[in-house]
Amino acid sequence: MNTVAVVHEYHAGHPSGLWRWITTTNHKDIGTLYLCFSLLMFFVGGAFAMLIRAELWTPGMQLMDPEFFNEMTALHGLVMIFGAIMPAFVGLANWMIPMMVGAPDMALPRMNNWSFWILPFAFILLLSTLFMPGGAAGAGWTMYPPLFLQSGVAMPFQVFAIHLMGISSVMGGINIIATILNLRAPGMSLMKMPMFVWSWLITAYLLIAVMPVLAGAVTMMLMDKYFGTSFFNAAGGGDPVLYQHVFWFFGHPEVYIMILPAFGIISEIIPTFSRKPLFGYTSMVFAIASIAFLSFIVWAHHMFTVGMPLAADLFFMFTTMLIAVPTGVKVFNWVATMWRGALSFETPMLFAVAFVFLFTIGGFSGVMLALVPADWQYHQTYFVVAHFHYVLVTGSAFAIMGAVYYWLPKWTGHMYNETLAKWHFWLSVISVNVLYFPMHFLGLAGMPRRIPDYPVQFTDLNQIVSVGGFVFGASQLLFVACIILCVRGGKKAEARAWDGAHGLEWTLPSPAPYHSFAEPPAPNLIWTHPYQGS
Amino acid sequence: MSAEAHAGSHYYLPHPSHWPILGSVGLFTTAVGGALWLEDMGFGKYVLLLGLIIICVMMFGWFGTVIRESLSGTYNAQVDRSFRWGMSFFIFSEVMFFGGFFGALFFARVFVENWLAGGSNSLFTNLIIWKGYEPVWPSNGPGNLGGSFEGMTATGLAAINTLILLSSGLTVTIAHWGLKEGNRKKLCWFLLFTIILGFAFVALQGHEFLDAWYKQHLTLGTGIYGSTFFMLTGFHGLHVTIGAIMLTVILIRSLRGHFTPQHHFAFEAVSWYWHFVDVVWLGLFIFVYWL
Repeated sequence: MNTVAVVHEYHAGHPSGLWRWITTTNHKDIGTLYLCFSLLMFFVGGAFAMLIRAELWTPGMQLMDPEFFNEMTALHGLVMIFGAIMPAFVGLANWMIPMMVGAPDMALPRMNNWSFWILPFAFILLLSTLFMPGGAAGAGWTMYPPLFLQSGVAMPFQVFAIHLMGISSVMGGINIIATILNLRAPGMSLMKMPMFVWSWLITAYLLIAVMPVLAGAVTMMLMDKYFGTSFFNAAGGGDPVLYQHVFWFFGHPEVYIMILPAFGIISEIIPTFSRKPLFGYTSMVFAIASIAFLSFIVWAHHMFTVGMPLAADLFFMFTTMLIAVPTGVKVFNWVATMWRGALSFETPMLFAVAFVFLFTIGGFSGVMLALVPADWQYHQTYFVVAHFHYVLVTGSAFAIMGAVYYWLPKWTGHMYNETLAKWHFWLSVISVNVLYFPMHFLGLAGMPRRIPDYPVQFTDLNQIVSVGGFVFGASQLLFVACIILCVRGGKKAEARAWDGAHGLEWTLPSPAPYHSFAEPPAPNLIWTHPYQGS
Repeated sequence: MSAEAHAGSHYYLPHPSHWPILGSVGLFTTAVGGALWLEDMGFGKYVLLLGLIIICVMMFGWFGTVIRESLSGTYNAQVDRSFRWGMSFFIFSEVMFFGGFFGALFFARVFVENWLAGGSNSLFTNLIIWKGYEPVWPSNGPGNLGGSFEGMTATGLAAINTLILLSSGLTVTIAHWGLKEGNRKKLCWFLLFTIILGFAFVALQGHEFLDAWYKQHLTLGTGIYGSTFFMLTGFHGLHVTIGAIMLTVILIRSLRGHFTPQHHFAFEAVSWYWHFVDVVWLGLFIFVYWL
């Protein structure tokens, strides 16, 4: 190499203590902040879910009034989506992308800090609405008018909290794109990037494209309530359904924002523990890109019962079912990667295999929901709740947990406690199915979602669901225990913590140095194909 | 080793910075103030103002730091490219923000008017709820919200404003030519023309708003037409104002000789932004004023 790389390191004047975390511009510090914040929010959102399941233990009202129940369903959704899942993926992106592309840090480190530090303020704003006169807004995470317009003092606070989250996400997305496009090590062409990096490049694009649309939607609502506009008022020539269109134009790409990075993670874990290159790398890239493209033209499948013209129903039904094709390509490729591989089942692999099975169940129920006539039956029932929890919990959250176990040795320099982690996995995977699988039956039998009471014939299934929920919630304490124990000590991890692991992050020592790659890695370290090495 | 010779291979990593947290506090204060103000609680307006002041201080400090670093030659070609990607995707996010409001306008005009008048599968809407409503545009809906009003035309101030903004796109490009030729006089004069045109646009737009509000009885409360008109042109006007302020900063920096023919990303970023507000205006002129 004829270039000499020097990193300007500023050791002098590096603050310590809390001020270090507040002012840090380091991708690992910020990644850690994101992941810790996400774990905290996972438990806050989880607590709301426990309250919901406790109230649904028997028919009739026991623990709370219906308004508070509605606040719980709304905040559970918002906290889990914007507070737990998305920040966890951004945290993983922060930690891993610079290491995977051979860079010292993110492209825009100061903005990186700002992206994170907006989030705690946004959630203080959102959660503070619980303590306001009239309580939080109980209009679901989707905030449909006119119901959302009827919330009290909480409404503008929640709208501004959404704005802050949007600003944070857009800046995060910009930073990730700039890092991937500009800081790759010499020799790493786009089609040599690890799949996790590819998935985030496309996710970041989706984030930048749709978060501003959500900001616009809630701004219109704010204007309708406080400045007399008529966006969602039919008397003035507007339409409440307009909100649903704008919201879901954001909302559907949003659900892929929460699953594409999971696809990337699974595509990293499965080859490692199958000791084989990923099957069909190119088709994986094109599958993610097609899913991202399709995500912009399927939004109204969330609105089949709203009274759209038949042509719209049909269009959105067909485009939605089309998504099954690239998704099927991905599932096929994961299975083909495992086919005749030298498999071993450490905890990350267990989560990945569970992901492939359980996410696929969520995918199948998605295809069922895509059918307009069937959706008229399933809409607003527990069947929908079952569907999106299969893709978001056993999909996204399982991928995040798998990723944490997979990369913890790289982050901490220690191996986690495999026995404890396996307990966490098996308890989670069993309880999560007890929790969500019966919801399909409840939904098919006609139990509506977002209702605090139900007819007695649903009691047995609801109690099974609640038991699953409590066990799943409690099992996550094991996750925290595994992480804390691993941070504090454990078997020393090697640079290549897993013998089948490929990629630049495994060429760095464990724990990785503060500035990942002070010099660009030698081109021969980059696989000609990400998983085809020596 | 000299920094110049190997500029392309240096990674730039900034110091820890306190500006982001100040920005977060500013945004939070603004949000709390805004919400309190909307709900007529406490000292909303003052909290809002305080928040905006904090944000201004943050921007002053943060951009100041960046300018000092830029002048000291800290930024190499790679950092420059990162900034370029960052600015491009920021503008893309802004495009999508306006896209949401344009989408609302198209949806209302193309579908909602038709459905309120009984089109598609909405026969009973027109038979029972809004009896005999006929689709019109501009429309304040079947409830005639805000009373009778006069819509906007493409021939009045809007046409003059289109000319102004298009010429300002030209002048900012001439300023860029001046910069690339190393002709600072040309750069500064044409930047000044651009800024004058920008603020002239804002002033005329303000005049037009006042006329609409008081003479044409077109307000935010004038149904969907008033809503889309004021929100689209209002947000656009806000962006023009921000753009003109940014151009002013760039003019001051040009006068101080901050830019070289090779190294002037800040100028280009602002001119990209200026072309972006220009293009949004063309969309507004066609779809809000003309058609």
